[in-house]
Amino acid sequence: MAPRKSSRELFSNWRSGSTIRNLLQAISRETSTLNRTLRIMEVCGTHTMTLHRSGLKPLLREAKVVMVSGPGCPVCITPDCFHEAIIDLVTSRKNILVATFGDMTRVPTARGSLQTTVPLPGSEIRIVYSPEEALELARKNPEKEVIFFGAGFETTIPAIAFTVKRAAAENLKNFSLLAALWLIPPALEAILQSGEVAIDGFIYPGHVSVIIGTRAYRFVAEKFKTPGAIAGFEPADVLLGILSVARQVREGRPEVANQYRRVVQAEGNPRALALMDEMLEPYEADWRGLGRIKNSGLRLKPRWQELDAVRKFNLRIQPGKPLKLGCRCGEVLKGLVEPVDCPLFGRSCDPDHPRGPCMVSYEGACLIAYKYSSGARNK
Amino acid sequence: MCLAVPGKVVSLEGNGTGKVDYLGTTVLANLSLLPEVKVGDWVIVHAGFAISRLDRKEARRTLKLFKELEKLSPAE
Ligand code: SF4
Repeated sequence: MAPRKSSRELFSNWRSGSTIRNLLQAISRETSTLNRTLRIMEVCGTHTMTLHRSGLKPLLREAKVVMVSGPGCPVCITPDCFHEAIIDLVTSRKNILVATFGDMTRVPTARGSLQTTVPLPGSEIRIVYSPEEALELARKNPEKEVIFFGAGFETTIPAIAFTVKRAAAENLKNFSLLAALWLIPPALEAILQSGEVAIDGFIYPGHVSVIIGTRAYRFVAEKFKTPGAIAGFEPADVLLGILSVARQVREGRPEVANQYRRVVQAEGNPRALALMDEMLEPYEADWRGLGRIKNSGLRLKPRWQELDAVRKFNLRIQPGKPLKLGCRCGEVLKGLVEPVDCPLFGRSCDPDHPRGPCMVSYEGACLIAYKYSSGARNK
Repeated sequence: MCLAVPGKVVSLEGNGTGKVDYLGTTVLANLSLLPEVKVGDWVIVHAGFAISRLDRKEARRTLKLFKELEKLSPAE
């Protein structure tokens, strides 16, 4: 019976009603001495999901905390030009097999989506769950060029780096990577620097932090004097993070608090970091909504260029103006507007007919708001 | 995308892989990013890779903190 006990301890206590109530009260105690409403950005889409699914948003409002969604959805922030380059490739060449995560296939662009595009004979788009599955496709289809179109933050990047390294070790000549890889700390810096959105603190993404640890956020506390806390994904985890931020605000002592210590080590995952460093280098990348940010993207180092789909197929990844009339994804990702502020929300844009990536990804703020709001119930 | 699920390592399968049990469903995961992982450990798996080990001592510490909050909150 021991395993049962441990699993209960590891999961259910983070959802118990009394714990949630006590945490909300503790947060109220902090904010009542401040006499104002705190605005805290949850960077990660999975946190957005926890907040909506467990009905915490209105309760937090009562406790004088407004949560603002941030850019933490890799599908959402990947600019259309990546998808368009893939669409151009599979519609102009035979025997290209593109493997990608499911959400990526439904992102609407001016050239349609990966799901709606009609590839030339022999070419196809496949959904995979892990980058290693893409590698397996390359082993099994030696007559095809297999491209893994990988989008992700630090959480996913080590898995992708590992896979590319293995492809090199196996000398798999028909495998390559289209890297849509994004780093969270530079994006936070861009948000803070722009000063467009007033926030009192951040809830840092728990599983990004598993890889990068606490040090990566230190500049937020030191340079921008902004509080922050790493949090897990159970309701009580998120509230613990919010409590920590509220306390830091009250005490005027911004720091990088780790409220997910059962999973996040201060130094991150050294093996994963070393692998990222070995395989990838930073460049000035373009984010949907946030624009160009220095050192915010990762691409393969020149040593691995034979595995880089951009070089191998001469892909043009050049962000233009997105052609989605009225879609406000960009502002949603910056925390400037809420999904309901978009005139298309729930009208011409819903999960069956998404007009922007924020309504596609299960981490997208629009899809989450739609699923857990009256938008869906009214249908 | 960064959703990652905790599961329990039930066997090591060689070549840096192992079987991970998610409350009944067993899946093969790549354990290469967690060199010290052992059978019986709880791990967080993302995109097929175990990325972190769950530290039960820390989990218990947080649970204790929840208990302490209980004392601080006025009974209803
Ligand atoms: S509701 Fe649809 S159109 Fe509006 S911002 Fe969200 S994804 Fe874009």
